[in-house]
Amino acid sequence: MGCVEALNYEVLLRHCSFKEYRAFIKKHYRETYEVQPGYKIFDLALIGVPPIPIGVDGDSVIFPYTKPCHGTFVLKVEGKEEIEKLRSRK
Amino acid sequence: MEISDKERKKGLIILGCPEAPAQVSLAVHLAYSLRRSGYLPVVAGNPSARHLLAMADPEHHYVGEMLDLDGCIEEIAAGEHDYDLSFVLVHRESGVSYAGTMSVVSAGRVVAVVFGKEAETLASLIDFDCETVVAPGGHNPLPLKKAIDRVMKWDV
Repeated sequence: MGCVEALNYEVLLRHCSFKEYRAFIKKHYRETYEVQPGYKIFDLALIGVPPIPIGVDGDSVIFPYTKPCHGTFVLKVEGKEEIEKLRSRK
Repeated sequence: MEISDKERKKGLIILGCPEAPAQVSLAVHLAYSLRRSGYLPVVAGNPSARHLLAMADPEHHYVGEMLDLDGCIEEIAAGEHDYDLSFVLVHRESGVSYAGTMSVVSAGRVVAVVFGKEAETLASLIDFDCETVVAPGGHNPLPLKKAIDRVMKWDV
């Protein structure tokens, strides 16, 4: 199981709704992918209402991270391997 | 005749944020109802939510095994484990996200129990494949109890 604290992340949005992060990622990133909840990114299983958008910006991925009390954060983390994994999905 | 734990189907209760006053009562009642219906109740939640429940049921008369929330979801998503019936307790929007996640990763029956002052608004966000019971209000547990009992009767 992964740990978000082990990642060198930048927080782009805090305490947002799933509608807000969907709109944010689709509005700000030309390259986006939709995944289902449970999709693993940086060894973290994504939580969310399907489908979950993931954005790509250069060498970084932008994805939502949800906790029960603190709601959802949108994180930006460098990850070339994760980008390749997203691009190679059929 | 008493059903042994090995013979029981597994039921999961996913706790939301520990701040809702009704959550512990709801979880204990669900665990009790699951046991009566032949399930072994397992609870997943963050540490505070689990500790509140453990304090209410210290000898686990009702609640069975308790799991870390993230680890539990990861196991189900990875296909390593699943539950015949899961209840997701929803009183914040994050709870809707957990219900949405379970609706995708679990092959079992998933019921979102939406409760609290914002129950109707939260329930309107559930546009994915998921059974939903809604009990508005903050302090009176009876609507919630009736809603749960109705679901458990469907199951028998």
